[in-house]
Amino acid sequence: MAQPETLVLPPKKKRSTKKVVRNWIIAVLLLAMYVWTFSDIGINWSQIFSERTLNNMTRVVPQLFSPEWAVAPDAMRLMGETLAMAYTGTLMAALLAVPFGFFAAKNMFNSRLINTSAKWSLDAIRAFPEIMLALIFVAAIGPSPFAGVLAIAVGSIGMLGKLYSEVIESIDMQVVDSLEANGANKIQILFYGIIPQVIPEFLSYAIYRYEIDVRSSTILGLIGAGGIGMMIQISTMNRNWDEVGMALLIIIIVVTVIDYFSSYLRKRIV
Amino acid sequence: MIEFKDVSLVYPNGTQGLKNINLNIKQGEFVVIVGLSGAGKSTLIRSVNRMVTPTGGELLVDNENILPYKNKKLRELRTKVGMIFQNYNLVKRSTVMKNVIAGRLGHTGTLKSVLNLYSNEDKALAYHNLQRVNISEKVHSRADELSGGQQQRVSIARVLTQQPKVILADEPVASLDPPTSHQVMTYLRKVNKEDNITTIVNLHFIDMAMEYADRIIGMRAGEVVFDGPASTVNESTFEEIYGRKIREEDMVGGEDDEGNA
Amino acid sequence: MKGTPSPQQGTFTPNNPPGLRAQQAKWKLTFVFAVVVLVYMFTSWQTNSSLINLWNGLPDVWRMVGELFPPNWGYATETWGRLSETIQMAIIATTVAGILCIPISLMASSNIAPNKWIYNITKQIMNILRTIPDLLLAVIFVGIFGIGAFSGIMALIIFSLGILAKLLAETIEAIDKNPLEAIRASGGNTLQVIVYGVMPQILPQYTSFTLYVFEINVRASLVLGFVGAGGIGQLLQRSISFFQYGRAMMIIIIIFVAVVIIEYISGKIREEIM
Ligand SMILES: Nc1ncnc2c1ncn2[C@@H]1O[C@H](COP(=O)(O)OP(=O)(O)O)[C@@H](O)[C@H]1O
Ligand SMILES: [Mg+2]
Repeated sequence: MAQPETLVLPPKKKRSTKKVVRNWIIAVLLLAMYVWTFSDIGINWSQIFSERTLNNMTRVVPQLFSPEWAVAPDAMRLMGETLAMAYTGTLMAALLAVPFGFFAAKNMFNSRLINTSAKWSLDAIRAFPEIMLALIFVAAIGPSPFAGVLAIAVGSIGMLGKLYSEVIESIDMQVVDSLEANGANKIQILFYGIIPQVIPEFLSYAIYRYEIDVRSSTILGLIGAGGIGMMIQISTMNRNWDEVGMALLIIIIVVTVIDYFSSYLRKRIV
Repeated sequence: MIEFKDVSLVYPNGTQGLKNINLNIKQGEFVVIVGLSGAGKSTLIRSVNRMVTPTGGELLVDNENILPYKNKKLRELRTKVGMIFQNYNLVKRSTVMKNVIAGRLGHTGTLKSVLNLYSNEDKALAYHNLQRVNISEKVHSRADELSGGQQQRVSIARVLTQQPKVILADEPVASLDPPTSHQVMTYLRKVNKEDNITTIVNLHFIDMAMEYADRIIGMRAGEVVFDGPASTVNESTFEEIYGRKIREEDMVGGEDDEGNA
Repeated sequence: MKGTPSPQQGTFTPNNPPGLRAQQAKWKLTFVFAVVVLVYMFTSWQTNSSLINLWNGLPDVWRMVGELFPPNWGYATETWGRLSETIQMAIIATTVAGILCIPISLMASSNIAPNKWIYNITKQIMNILRTIPDLLLAVIFVGIFGIGAFSGIMALIIFSLGILAKLLAETIEAIDKNPLEAIRASGGNTLQVIVYGVMPQILPQYTSFTLYVFEINVRASLVLGFVGAGGIGQLLQRSISFFQYGRAMMIIIIIFVAVVIIEYISGKIREEIM
């Protein structure tokens, strides 16, 4: 009885034509995408599987894992510069993003034109990688940490402005209304009704953005915008991979510590 | 076919799950284990397919001590001993068919099962078992579209597709309403009789135990405190097993109540 | 501000005006504020980025913006090859990382990993990987494999593995464990438990995370060319160092459009799935 006497297969699954067509379209698109990708991408395989690669491998990798301690003080000073760049840039962005946040918040400006144009500018800024901004600023004002700071300041406005506007849209408007009813003027409402409500979240997001900016400012030096990236660039050119190893080690440690601190602070604030 | 010889189990935290259990369960028996929560019912049942491992004694299945089993031997034992759970334990996002065919996993090579290559016999068996528990029309539905009772029936079909010699059911009706509970117990009883599958069920409803069991085993604090044919059991036996008076909540009601209504 | 006068305008509401805080909280706030400003003063001095520097730098920045316009529209056609290379790099890297992240995330989930050692080691390695910026990985791979798209792809793979494995491991740790128990109880081996129990449960999130990482990879691959790791970034760097700012602006516009389009598509697909 455990085994059926005659084989009765389950009926075929009925799929709607729409679904079948959709699945086929997806499959064809995926296939086309991969064919295009793999037939078109120019990878010089003979260069990758060459003796030179092997030599590089045996030189670079062991050196990376045996950091040169002699450059540790230098690396730490430059990492300090990186942290300073990130701090200055993030703080500037944290302030500059405030008006954007207010303009983009629907409950502050009841005008679609203002809201959407603010939102679009924020989205537009977010589309650009910080290092690309840094490349432009380096070209404009010359290689310097200042170029890096500007890149971070501009680049961070996009995300912070968007997050700020979300915070503002979620505040308790009754407080604002009651202040208004008490005859407070707009500046008073701003400082007594709105800012106290949004400050903790603003601060928390700014700290979070600092985390991100520390990461991105470690590499800005690769194109001349200051910080530990400069040391990496010079060491790579001189093929001193043990120095790169040192820089890498310091980046890993500092970023980990900053992440830890930042999430601790953010938990305390909100 | 299942023999507990002085089986004990101490959990790593020191809790004594089982104390010197001696039992002999025959092929095709329908055994119901009763006892209060924490009495050790689950521990006893889960020892039989080694989801937990007793720390002392011998546990024979088909005359072989299963306690030293590892890896392949263990998986072989588990294909022979199927299990049904209180929460049905289906993959909610998969179809009923996929859930049921998973019963063949122990019999199917890894590569074949990963590539979803089942023989027609396997597919037919799965479908047949869905028909036996009257849910074959849902074969292509997703499991989470089914009611609790339907899901438990699918899980019975899954365990049957495994073609086990033993079925263990750990509180299979604890999450179901009374009429559905009776339906599920009836199906379990039916496949037990038709296929002569040894069935061990944990229950805490005493009326249900008396109605469906051939034999009732009572447990308290990790020990077997009663063991006898269901026909010899009455409420006072339960009061002895439970060590307290029988209460409303120990009864599932259902079919009998409907009769009165 | 919305200024619709409420009916009881002018009547006094008995609530204390919010914002009048306890004295202690005020001191705390002032202290935090002072620290933030002091640190800013120090860091802006250290990085030569004070407001004075900013004021002095503005003309240069404006001049640069002026030079970037008008974009050299004709140059657009010449960038096509590098742009497609950029996207192809992101596709390959996302595909490889999407495959590799499955075993890795399983090892990095406490409920599936075969033992605590494997779990902790995998998790820590992934944590470390996530702290290394993508461009830095690219520098290292260029040092090993030489200039070209391959180095960029390697960097993207490693970088996205860290993110994907973390997101996926968190998902796996949150799945319903009951079906896994059932499959184990029916004699399934570990691989079968994974394929039949784990995979169906994480599939939607897996697809969504992979698309998200694809977005990240496209953005990252746009700039990998700055360090010689392939893609359109190389053209941007070259045109800037040759002072061909019209071309540079053209590339910036192309990058912008590419990011917007890909984020839009990927966002739509993710909406559909979840
Ligand atoms: N994994 C475990 N670790 C430690 N103690 C357990 C574990 N599982 C069950 N126990 C304990 O063993 C005893 C028996 O539990 P169990 O077999 O689940 O009882 P029942 O199924 O009859 O409710 C209880 O005291 C329970 O707390
Ligand atoms: Mg139990």
